[in-house]
Amino acid sequence: MSRSRLRARLVPYLLVLPGWLWLVIFFVVPTLVMLSVSTMTGDLGTGFKQTFHWSTYSDGWRLYHVQFVRSIVYGLIATAICLVIAYPVAYWIAFRGGRHKSSLLFLLLLPFFVSFVIRTQSWNFILSDNGMVISRLKDWHWVGQDFHILATPVAVIGGLIYNFLPFTVLPIYVALERVDPALLEASADLYASKTAAFRKVVLPLSMPGVFAAVLLTFVPVTADYVNAAILGGTKTTMIGNVIQTEYFTNLNYPLAAALSFILMGGLLIGVFAYAKSLGTDDVLDMAGA
Amino acid sequence: MSDDRPADQLPPDLLRGLTTPRLTRRRALQVGGLSALGLALTACSIPGAAGSKLGLSAARKEIEKFWLNQHKTGQFRFGNWPLYIDVNPKNQNDHPTLDQFTKQTGIKVTYAEPIQDVGSFFGKVQPQLAAGQDIGYDLVVITNGLYLDKMIGLDYLTPLDQTRMPNFYANASDLVKDPSFDRGNVYTMAWQSGITGIGYDPKLVGREITSWQDLMDPAFRGKIGMFADTEDLPSSALCAIGVNPETSTPGDWRKAAAWLRKQRPLVRKYYEQDYVAPLSKGDIWASMAWSGDIFQANASGANLKFVVPKEGAPIWTDNMCIPGHAQHPLDAMTYMDWVYQPSVAAALAEGINYITPVPTSAANIIKDANALTGQDKASLKEFASDPLIFPSVADYTKLHRYRVLDAQEQKVWNSLFEPIYQS
Repeated sequence: MSRSRLRARLVPYLLVLPGWLWLVIFFVVPTLVMLSVSTMTGDLGTGFKQTFHWSTYSDGWRLYHVQFVRSIVYGLIATAICLVIAYPVAYWIAFRGGRHKSSLLFLLLLPFFVSFVIRTQSWNFILSDNGMVISRLKDWHWVGQDFHILATPVAVIGGLIYNFLPFTVLPIYVALERVDPALLEASADLYASKTAAFRKVVLPLSMPGVFAAVLLTFVPVTADYVNAAILGGTKTTMIGNVIQTEYFTNLNYPLAAALSFILMGGLLIGVFAYAKSLGTDDVLDMAGA
Repeated sequence: MSDDRPADQLPPDLLRGLTTPRLTRRRALQVGGLSALGLALTACSIPGAAGSKLGLSAARKEIEKFWLNQHKTGQFRFGNWPLYIDVNPKNQNDHPTLDQFTKQTGIKVTYAEPIQDVGSFFGKVQPQLAAGQDIGYDLVVITNGLYLDKMIGLDYLTPLDQTRMPNFYANASDLVKDPSFDRGNVYTMAWQSGITGIGYDPKLVGREITSWQDLMDPAFRGKIGMFADTEDLPSSALCAIGVNPETSTPGDWRKAAAWLRKQRPLVRKYYEQDYVAPLSKGDIWASMAWSGDIFQANASGANLKFVVPKEGAPIWTDNMCIPGHAQHPLDAMTYMDWVYQPSVAAALAEGINYITPVPTSAANIIKDANALTGQDKASLKEFASDPLIFPSVADYTKLHRYRVLDAQEQKVWNSLFEPIYQS
């Protein structure tokens, strides 16, 4: 009797064990290792030694705060524009898609079948100064001879929006899909105009989706380095590029780890502040809704 | 590139090789410690290094013994940079010189191009080298500079068998024989060398470019490319302000960094390896460039010019070396010397367009040219007298090696130059 009771009590824990193990081995342990690396000193030649050298953090901030701020600004702009584009798209698919819903969603995901590095590189080709687009514009004298898009913030933010738009559309779509059309009929019965029904019923019900979309877009966009590397120039380097160079080219692991933690900390604070402003304490609850 | 450093200023890693007791230890008899012996050998060409005699002869004997125990295995694995070997015009994956090597020696070559950048390649293989494991290549091509110094200093390379280098000693140019970064060629034999200068599109620039200062011309705002690295970019800037990078001081570095910061508003982008396409497309008009890249771009239809700026320019050498614990060292060694035959060096030079380590291969190129007709003949003849493939003695006086930096200097250097291209 007591044995089977014990088993019954253990089973849920055993079931969740693989998940926990996965998380501990592939997330917690590496994160702790990186945290410890970030306060080491030395180089690959002589080896890195733990010296609790916390000033790597302040050095990292001093050297690269411009890139941090720039990444966050790019992230906010790209996320905002993604939302403006994605909401109508998701709305249209959810309420007007009819029997084509799944085909439309498939079209949205279709670009993922091509590596995003190749797609971004294609933009580099299309937008090059003497490429098919810009040289036409120059021929028609719509723009000056000096005009260019590559190597400007517009190119980088545009690339970010292009690459991450599906991550904004999908969560909003899922939230809107769940809105019962009967609610709209009920609103109409209660003399709500279409705008009022949208504002008072649909929009609030879709907020969890918007929240998840912001999370899924803003976090990876801010940490992205591919778009800045392929489409950017001298004043568009993002913090992801700096971290990548510090890890792989300069082999300065402590600085790279410290920069990663500054970024991670900044993003976590931002995300929790955002959740708070939406009136929920439970980020996961919102995102998972 | 003479090394006129006095003996009391030997680099610390070299000193360590001369003075540590490890040569007498049993560990030294094993392959793993073998390269430490080579390190001692490196020193033998620097006079005045007292107290190393015992270690040196012991080292030589151990290296001899190591090579005596090696047998031909009939294969080796070659890790190179992309676009850095001759290709069959009909099949990009076929390399005629490698086929020829296999035919003559019976040794099969597994050829791969894993190296995009020395730093990141070193980062990838360093854990295996440190653990004494085979890295999967028996021959790799490493540029002189920080990481080659590290690999030598950390005993990561297998010392070469000096008795198996007859072609090298007969045909190698003075530039690559006994170079300052590997005295006595203990670990390395040059693959090719190259110059970091300026590549530009004459049509777009509209005038001749002769100087690093031309990359400061406001007329080219937003059309200038520079390199995103901590060797070529700083060294070129040092040349630009009239300083020889090899002997530069921290004061010079600050001035060079200031020059680069002043130039930055005009720069479109700091490029890694990807500057050739935008230069060919016209996105940038003038850029820091590697000599051979411009040749290759022109060969595939671009119309670019390469110039060695009048203030001087960095020259670098990519070196063949055998990683420690390689599985087929003897076969790799055979290949390394084999490429020093003038006929082979000529075929490679025609395919790669960098500075060949075998100056006498020019005669073979002319011979190849005579076998052709018309335009091909003329262009190959021109190639055989091109100063960028076969530089003259006068050219060399303008070319400078990278500064060798100790760990402390490296920190200062990086903190000055990294933030410039990471903008």
